[in-house]
Amino acid sequence: MRQALSRGEGIDAVSRYQCPVCEYVYDEAEGDPREGFPPGTPWSEVPGDWCCPDCAVREKPDFEAIT
Amino acid sequence: MASAAAVSEGSGGLGQVSWRDGKRYLWLLGLIVPMLPLIAWGLVELTGLGLLWWFGPLFIFVVMPGLDTLVGKDAENPPDSAIKWLEQDRYYRWCTYLFLPLQLVSLVFACWQWAYGGLGTIESLGLAFTVGAVAGIAINTAHELGHKRKQAERWLSKIALAQSGYGHFFIEHNRGHHVRVATPEDPASSRLGESFWEFLPRTVIGSLRSAWHLERVRLGRSGKGMWTMRNDILNAWAMTLVLFVALVAVFGLGVLPWLLVQAVFGFSLLEVVNYLEHYGLRREKRDDGRYERCRPEHSWNSNNISSNVLLYHLQRHSDHHANPVRRYQALRHYDEAPELPSGYATMIALAYLTPLWRRVMDPRVLAHYDGDVTRANIHPRVRGRILARHGAAGAVAR
Repeated sequence: MRQALSRGEGIDAVSRYQCPVCEYVYDEAEGDPREGFPPGTPWSEVPGDWCCPDCAVREKPDFEAIT
Repeated sequence: MASAAAVSEGSGGLGQVSWRDGKRYLWLLGLIVPMLPLIAWGLVELTGLGLLWWFGPLFIFVVMPGLDTLVGKDAENPPDSAIKWLEQDRYYRWCTYLFLPLQLVSLVFACWQWAYGGLGTIESLGLAFTVGAVAGIAINTAHELGHKRKQAERWLSKIALAQSGYGHFFIEHNRGHHVRVATPEDPASSRLGESFWEFLPRTVIGSLRSAWHLERVRLGRSGKGMWTMRNDILNAWAMTLVLFVALVAVFGLGVLPWLLVQAVFGFSLLEVVNYLEHYGLRREKRDDGRYERCRPEHSWNSNNISSNVLLYHLQRHSDHHANPVRRYQALRHYDEAPELPSGYATMIALAYLTPLWRRVMDPRVLAHYDGDVTRANIHPRVRGRILARHGAAGAVAR
């Protein structure tokens, strides 16, 4: 089940965020080295204007936390 | 055509819906394009007319618009239940993959003709434009592949771009154009009142700068500089360099000017398609400073079958912008999207003829915005004139 949270702040359990358009998932444990986020990079360190690397039509604030 | 593969919905019995993809085997026709130089050669051999080396431009500017008019339109959409199945059917992918080897064969064949075919200058130039037509439409194939999630397809995309030297398109289109489409900030969205000839240098230079900037930001996050082969612009351009050096090594320096001509015509063809995809359309800025999301009404669409088949549904452009990773065969037509008066091939020819283009398209942009020209993406250089002409001279500049 997916739930939209505002940037997932303060929710320790959440570590995965999905683009609402395509199926891209940002997993904090894996990061996204190609995008410059090494494994373990928390979501909070991903810049706000970063857009989905697969579809590029949604930006970080649009991502939904996967709980 | 009705024998195409079908999908069934429902659990049998009454109400079962089945859908057949009427265009399934038509997609193979897209492979005519990379064979244009070979077809040109066949026609020259058959008729003895050297001018038929110009068959590529002839095909795009005469045959295709003719077919657009003759064959007509199709607004059929696959049902939602069929989309997943359609996207997973590998047959459709192979239709695009096969473009690449044919493209390469054509290019090598053309070099061989330039070097040893005994062609006159006009004939060689014609062949360069024919090969350039392949290079340009190959950017469309690269576009389809470059949007996909699989790394292998992204590599194929870069290979398809090597012939036109437009490797940076893969970066700028996906991460730049799709983010800023139909805004004044996008170099690849044309503006109301902007001629194609004014748009061309703006988009070529602007897209290159934007691609460079996007890569600098991406690599900068890992603490890397630009001069690395991890830079997707540099490694894509390296493919062009390797390709051209190899062709010159085999066929001699004499082929180099023609290789450059075909590359320039090729990317200009891509840019004229860019020109007509979003002409005058503009997304509103929201209160939080971000643009409203890209909606179907922010792209020009066309359902002309022949252009759609040869361009892998590129003309179903609204759905492409809403769902960029969706595969071509599953793209849908939207009733609310603005519709071009004809297929892309016809509109390309029109775009070259500025007064004609403006006469056909400006009223359509205006009608799209219910007569309120201030809602359009207006070219700054002619803004005053356009506002005055359409009775909005007192409008606040946006």
